[in-house]
Amino acid sequence: MSTAVAQKRGLGAAIWDYLTTVDHKKIAHLYLYAGGLFFLIGGLEAMIIRIQLMKPDNNFISAGLYNEMITMHGTTMIFLAAMPLIFALMNAVVPLQIGARDVAFPFLNSLGFWLFLFGGLMLNVSWFTGGAPDAGWTNYAPLSTTSPGHGVDYYVMGLQISGAGTLIGGINFLVTIVNMRAPGMTYMRMPLFTWSVFVTSTLILFAFPALTVGLFLMMFDRMFGSAFFDVGLGGNAIIWEHLFWIFGHPEVYILILPLFGAFSDIFSTFSKKRLFGYSAMVFATVLIGFLGFMVWAHHMFTVGMGPIANSIFAVATMAIAVPTGIKIFNWLFTMWGGQIKMTAAMLWSVAFIPSFTIGGMTGVMLAAAAADYQYHDTYFVVGHFHYVIVGGVVFGIFAALHYWWPKMFGIKLNEKLGKLAFWPFFVGFHLTFFIQHFLGLMGMPRRYWVFLEGQGLETGNMISTVGAFFMAIGTLIFVYNVIYSAKKEKKADGDAWGTGRTLEWAIPSPPPHYNFVQTPLVRGLDPLWVEKMDGKEGMTPAEPLGDIHMPNASFLPFMMSLGTFIAGFGFIYQVDNKAWLIAVFAGMGILLGSMLVRSVKDDLGHHIHKEEIEEDIKKGVAK
Amino acid sequence: MRGWMGKFRSLLLFSALTLFLAGCGQENLSALKPEGYGAELLLDLMLISIAIMVFVFVIVMAIYFFVLVRYREKKGQEDFVPKQTEGNHTLEVIWTVIPIILLLVLAVPTVQATFDLADQSSQDEEGVLTVEVTGNQYWWHFNYEGQEIATSQELYIPVGERVYLDMKASDVIHSFWVPAIAGKMDTNPGENINTMYLEAYEEGVYWGHCAELCGPSHSLMDFRVVAVSPDKFEQWKEDMQNVDPEAEPETASAKEGQELFNNNCMSCHAIGGASAGVGPNLTNFGNRNKIAGILEPSKENLVDWIVHPDEIKPGNKMPANIVNKEEASKIADYLMGLKHTDVGTELDSVNKPKNDQ
Amino acid sequence: MSHEDVLNPTKLPHDPEKATLEGKNKFLAFWFFLGGETVLFASLFGTYLALNGSTQGENTPEHLFGLELVFIMTMLLLTSSLTSVYAMYHMKNHDFGKMQKWLGITVALGFAFLGFEIYEFYHYIHEYGFTFRSSAFGSAFYTLVGFHGGHVLFGLSWIVTLMIRNQKRGLNLYNAPKFYIASLYWHFIDVVWVFIFTVVYLMGKVG
Repeated sequence: MSTAVAQKRGLGAAIWDYLTTVDHKKIAHLYLYAGGLFFLIGGLEAMIIRIQLMKPDNNFISAGLYNEMITMHGTTMIFLAAMPLIFALMNAVVPLQIGARDVAFPFLNSLGFWLFLFGGLMLNVSWFTGGAPDAGWTNYAPLSTTSPGHGVDYYVMGLQISGAGTLIGGINFLVTIVNMRAPGMTYMRMPLFTWSVFVTSTLILFAFPALTVGLFLMMFDRMFGSAFFDVGLGGNAIIWEHLFWIFGHPEVYILILPLFGAFSDIFSTFSKKRLFGYSAMVFATVLIGFLGFMVWAHHMFTVGMGPIANSIFAVATMAIAVPTGIKIFNWLFTMWGGQIKMTAAMLWSVAFIPSFTIGGMTGVMLAAAAADYQYHDTYFVVGHFHYVIVGGVVFGIFAALHYWWPKMFGIKLNEKLGKLAFWPFFVGFHLTFFIQHFLGLMGMPRRYWVFLEGQGLETGNMISTVGAFFMAIGTLIFVYNVIYSAKKEKKADGDAWGTGRTLEWAIPSPPPHYNFVQTPLVRGLDPLWVEKMDGKEGMTPAEPLGDIHMPNASFLPFMMSLGTFIAGFGFIYQVDNKAWLIAVFAGMGILLGSMLVRSVKDDLGHHIHKEEIEEDIKKGVAK
Repeated sequence: MRGWMGKFRSLLLFSALTLFLAGCGQENLSALKPEGYGAELLLDLMLISIAIMVFVFVIVMAIYFFVLVRYREKKGQEDFVPKQTEGNHTLEVIWTVIPIILLLVLAVPTVQATFDLADQSSQDEEGVLTVEVTGNQYWWHFNYEGQEIATSQELYIPVGERVYLDMKASDVIHSFWVPAIAGKMDTNPGENINTMYLEAYEEGVYWGHCAELCGPSHSLMDFRVVAVSPDKFEQWKEDMQNVDPEAEPETASAKEGQELFNNNCMSCHAIGGASAGVGPNLTNFGNRNKIAGILEPSKENLVDWIVHPDEIKPGNKMPANIVNKEEASKIADYLMGLKHTDVGTELDSVNKPKNDQ
Repeated sequence: MSHEDVLNPTKLPHDPEKATLEGKNKFLAFWFFLGGETVLFASLFGTYLALNGSTQGENTPEHLFGLELVFIMTMLLLTSSLTSVYAMYHMKNHDFGKMQKWLGITVALGFAFLGFEIYEFYHYIHEYGFTFRSSAFGSAFYTLVGFHGGHVLFGLSWIVTLMIRNQKRGLNLYNAPKFYIASLYWHFIDVVWVFIFTVVYLMGKVG
């Protein structure tokens, strides 16, 4: 669907192409398809939750199934929807924005995707094999360690596998941004999206290993009889909470920062103005990332850490509001004095500001440690984090997809349908989640399968459910728009919006697989804008036209991920029957064997010859 | 353009309306209607934070709407190129410093309240009551330290006094929350004991929830705090200390029920001052506000519960069908007759609020 | 740079591991990776410190650990780190033969270390009945030290693979970065062991 070439060679060849591709643009497509699918699944789970809570004492689904539903909704949305959709954007945009031909490690890029996908599949297989995980997405011990069946085992193995993929992706983008920038692209000339991906990747690098360890300990406790969280043998259940949140809090910033970056680019493009306070924005991004590691225990105010620890984490958490506020004001002043063009992408971005501001403010309210004794684990928290994650991350993903869709697929999404999808989603979002703050304060804890009649919670829950349906309608219109646009919209220009400022808009939409015919020379912030203002057509090349070195496709990433997938099942079921150890050995064999092949077989990539490139330029697919 | 703005305004209006309505919430349950020291302190803290947040929000929104209206692209000016402003130092300093000041304004009462609520200075003083709270799947046990009183599901406390709670869990993590009186605190498994205190201002039956996911019946792990005057509380103590677990019931059916109970249920349950068994202590069962924490106290409900506890609270540990329906009915007669104290029965429960809305 | 220049360079530069973009990327990525590994081990150390008192009254650290054995293991691993430095020194001098020799010694020392570790675990299990499931301390001890042991095993397999793969063709710009980062990994393993020696064994024995 993405390239005419693939269609010509037939479906089988196209599938094989995607299975083996190491091209960051195709990997972006894969992340988008998989993440989009999981987003729909997670949304369906959310609808089931809201239907169950439509009225008091409802019996739409059973208590056990409800817990599976909330667990899978949270886990799916965070790990299998938001993360891959962000990775889709990172892959689609970052190499283009810094003027690179691919990421630093195309092979690892592919490996990261397949690990994520197999991890996600593993989690969702649990629905069909006796029950999904049911201890909440936070999976607190000892509820999780004592949860019957294999649900939690799937959680552990699924997240371990997909987490490894994310970690690999993080390192890849760090190196890409440090080493692969085009000449003249200094750090302080990088677009904000690239900057935020850089900070996010750092967070991934330092946060995910804590989750890795937590998951290992959980796995050992559940599958091999260790006693980390078993108080009967001297274990301590709180260790899980710490490890989980040392990962989990930075994870929140991992999710939101790239979208902050995307918003910055979008506001700037559609206001026809350079970003207001660029260096302050960069500084704020770095500071948010740094502070993100200092505040994990604010998820644990009621655990009993004592007033000193609670106060320290409370004040540290409040401090994050300062750089976030700086960002909000800088966005507003980017639009100030500009020429605001209200495209669908801009609409989502503009809607983000009040929504996220509310989310940020309830965040500060939650940071007040003592007051959190009332908010904690209630619908207030549910309201808060949905304002941040939907109002920030999901709005951001929609905005960014509208904005970069022409670069990813060569066509724009239909603007009218884009706006039509926005309104029900936006209204539904506020209907669903605003009221939840009050439900929480009125005494409704989160993760409640039923609420009782006569406690004053009926109206609020009903409104919330109605809102959820509006959001579902908005999402469906967006999906329809994707299909509609693929058929009806005509090919987009390289500078699809006409006011593009950054390097990705200097090349055709979609770009040829080597991106840049000649590596561009960057002469300032917003390099394309600089050239345009000088009256030039495009970028000045930094090198003569010549052969281009590109990486080779490989099937090994798929095989390695498949190996972990098989081994994962082995680990889960060897508890019941030791014969499953065969699967462990087989899976690990495939993994290690593939790694061995990768190690001993030289892979130097290939060259695209000058003649082919000249041919492409003639055809207009390269510039 | 007009329509877009109009919709947005009506949305804001709607939000304000919701805010107004929700100010109420259910008496004796809502954190917005504090009836105890902790809840009142925390509501004040919330109001300070809300005031600051609304202040900031109004400023942000004022700039926001001004910008969106004033700087929309106008017809015929598509080619206009705005001035490319780099930034503005004064402005940037302003929106860095003012938030810092606002946060400090919030941080001071936050730290104060945090230390205030963690204060345990009077716990060891004479006459100060400490209750050992144990969270179990899916019920609460209360053991009155040094009083030889044990009870489950309904915690009696004297009004106007600080009552300390030493809290732990027997299985998984739970969280003890009585929104109208105080904030919540987790109960952790093992020797990891947390302490908090309750101080109710007025007599009443306050609704409590478990606030940490603890299994399928997490949402059904409700309990109540019964606050009574100090005099009545002394009376209650005396009644509870003088419970005769073996006392003969009056009716024949109840007598049979007692025997059935002793043979089938006593291995887990207890009546009188015995501490937590596998199941809840059932002292004064006949006067409780709810059966199993959630059901209306009728015989029919009790029989259902005894025969099919798994259907009412999925995943709970009481086995189904230990006795048949007929036997359960007799046990119910016995249990409903267990009225060891009248204290608190005159109080309205949450579901029958004083001023019904 | 053509493939020929990478695989059969006429003259190796002084830093063959960083002569190509791929080499530079690997070098940087590996440092980042080690940063992540540091968080991984920090989490394991944190867990160990939280649980090392939870012995359930038997098989305490003082009771179990024998410093003689651990001292020998430490010496083996520290020495192996030094020999891998020699190997890298010879790589920079483009002396492939000597590099292989010193890597060989490194690997031998590594296997000796691993042998002692296996003996140590075997000893605890069979002499003391101290296992992974005995207590939270047991779980934490075997997990922390075992993770390190797993890293040693992986590092050894990696270096041996590289040595065999490149035995015939010698050093080039394609394999130099691989040798280099494998040796970085080996140093990291060594550093982690120094912390294990201090935190687990010395502190366990002293108090």
